[in-house]
Formats: sequence, C-alpha cells, structure tokens
Amino acid sequence: MTATAEQVYDWLRAVPDPEIPVLSITDLGIVRDVAVADEVTVSLAPTYSGCPATEVIEKSVIDALHANGVENVVIRRVLSPPWTTDWIGDEAREKLRIYGIAPPSDAVGKQGLLDSSRTIACPRCGSTASALVSEFGSTPCKAAYRCTECLEPFEYFKCI
Amino acid sequence: MSSKADKQAALLAYVLRLGDNALIIAQRMIERVTNEAELEEELANANFALDYIGQARLFYSYAGKLENKGRSEDDFAFQRDSREYCNFLLLEQPNGHFGDAIVRQVLFESFYVLQLEALTRSSDERLAEIAVRAEKEVRYHLRHAAQWFVRLGDGTEFSHARVAVSLQNYWRFATEFFAADAVDETMRDSFDGPDLKVLEKQWQLDVSELVADASLSLPDTVARVDGGRAGLHSEHFGYLIAEMQHLHRSHPGVTW
Repeated sequence: MTATAEQVYDWLRAVPDPEIPVLSITDLGIVRDVAVADEVTVSLAPTYSGCPATEVIEKSVIDALHANGVENVVIRRVLSPPWTTDWIGDEAREKLRIYGIAPPSDAVGKQGLLDSSRTIACPRCGSTASALVSEFGSTPCKAAYRCTECLEPFEYFKCI
Repeated sequence: MSSKADKQAALLAYVLRLGDNALIIAQRMIERVTNEAELEEELANANFALDYIGQARLFYSYAGKLENKGRSEDDFAFQRDSREYCNFLLLEQPNGHFGDAIVRQVLFESFYVLQLEALTRSSDERLAEIAVRAEKEVRYHLRHAAQWFVRLGDGTEFSHARVAVSLQNYWRFATEFFAADAVDETMRDSFDGPDLKVLEKQWQLDVSELVADASLSLPDTVARVDGGRAGLHSEHFGYLIAEMQHLHRSHPGVTW
C-alpha cells in the first residue's frame, strides 16, 4: 500500500516517548520530516547525543509503520537545527503539566541554563512558591523541585 | 598548500581526536558510577557520561565515513591499540577523589566548550552540526563542575586544601590543549576550525575567573606535558583500555 505523508504523521502521533509516555514523539518535536517515495523516510532529531531512548524511539517508529502495512522504512537522524525544548508545542506543555511535570518555562537562550533564579509553578496547585531540590533528576532533562505551598515534590522539564 | 587528500587526512585525524577525548573521559566517569557520595551526583555523573558516549559515537561514525574503509564506531572504540588513541593525557589520569574529578572536568570542559563553539563555525558541515549539539551539553556539564569547584575551593579548610592540590596536580596537563600541530593548523586554515592561540587566551581568562571565585590561586607554570595526540600515553592508559575493550576483545563481533 502507499501511504501519504499525512497518514504517516497520524501514525507517529500515536508513538509515545519512552521516558515521558504522556507525550508522543510528535508532541516532543523530534519528528522533523516524513518523505514518502518507494520507501518511507522518517527524519528524527535526537534530544541529547547520549539519549538512551534514541534507539528505542527509532524501533517504535519502525514498528508503528510496519503495523500499518509500510514495509520499507528508513530512519534518518538529523542534528541540525538541534532539538531544544522550544520544539515542544503549547498543547504538549499542557499535557506535561497535567501529567505532573512542570513544563520548560521559557525560550532557550545560552544563558537560560545558567539562570537559576526563575520561578517554577507547581504543576499540581499552580503556586510559584517552589524550591529546587536537585538540579539533576531522574533523566538528564529533568530537575527535582518541591512546592512549598502544597508540599508535593514534582519534576521540572529543564530548558535546554 | 596541502593537497585535498592531505586536508581530508587531517580532518579524519581531528575527528578521531575528538572521539577519543569524549570516549576516554566517559570511561573515567563510568568508573565513578555507583561510587558517588550522594544520589544527585550519581545521576549527574552518569547522565553526563552518557552525553560523552553519545558524542564519541557521533565522532567515530563520522570518522568511519571519512575514512571509507568500513570501520564502525565500535571498531574505533574497541579494536584499536593504545598508540592509536589520541586523547589528551589529562583525561586518562586515574580518578582520585571527588575534588580531583571536579578539577579535571573544569579544566577540560572549559577548553572543550570553546573548541566546540569554534567548531560550530567550521566549513565542514557535519562537524559543525555535531559541535552545535555537543556544545549545549558540555556547557551544561561545565556549569555543574564549576559550581562544585567554587563550592570546594571556597568551602571548608579541608576541602580548600584538597582541591588546591588537585589543581596543582592537573594544571600541567592543560598545556597539551593548546599545543597546535599540523592537524590543528590544517583545521584552522582549510576548515575554518579553531585558532588555538585565541582559545588559549579565552581559556586563561575563564579559568582564572573560576579559580578566583573558588578562592584558589593559579598554580605556577610548570613543565609542559604532552604526547597524548601522538599516541604516547601515560602508564594508566593500558589499564584503562584493557578494561574498556575486554568484552569486544574476548568475544569479537559480539552484539546484544
């Protein structure tokens, strides 16, 4: 069968990110291009050079397309423009918040990472009275915070 | 003026050096995994090591393409002998204590981040692309190491004294970063690569500032140490690669 690029995008919208399954790989902004010819070429931008999820994501993409009857799948890794948290769309940020992870707070700049003064809103109660517990969370992309209002710990998706 | 083949050979050598630096520092960081004093540091170190492994893979894959002899990233990482690795000697030194590890990260990453930043403007597109990705990661690593460096240096009498010795011990290895050879010159002249003289000035400024913030003093200039890029390693290197290559050497072609 011949799929259209739009159909392929639809199928990819159902492929979850292995580390944050509430987001699909399209939410995360790592699907850069879909090209349909004799084979279907999907261009993916890895989030970090050493992201252990990269290979898992590639396999999930291949599996998803096979499940929809596409036999010949080519995965292309693209490095530029590099992935940053700016590629996460507004809708996806809201999904993150509902899931309990505070979304990246604003646009990425070179100094963004060095600015530890910004206030992060608690994804549960919305209070900005939060305190950084650990800058290095369970994955490279997350930091651990605690809300001093509702006292719940939460994760913050760092701007990178 | 060198021929096109000479330029390509220099590019390949340069990319391999980048790969070797990333792989060897990663290996030393991996040795620290499960040995950190607290969970936050455990995660930071392991995640940073992963970034370096990722970078080494990108550099080695690209080297394989440039060389065009069918060598894979694993072949470069695991199937070469000591003399073929061209990492800086600093990176292969034994881990020592936490302060040693932090001083090593500060000295190397202060250089590496400048090197990558310059490489983002290289005329070699693939190398520039990898540099953009890696620079963001290393800037982040450096922020972590620099915070600890200041905290240890400006901390207790004990931590200050220990980290001052670390700085004294590792300082001599940093001269190797700036010892330009023919490969560096070709990169600068033919691929818009870094000018090591410019990098050295900036590095001196950046590191001096950090050293002052940490209430430490810059060590005296000491005898220059180099040889890593010619494959002349310290004795620690043999032990390092013996462990690193064990699986691939004992079970050639193994996959999992």
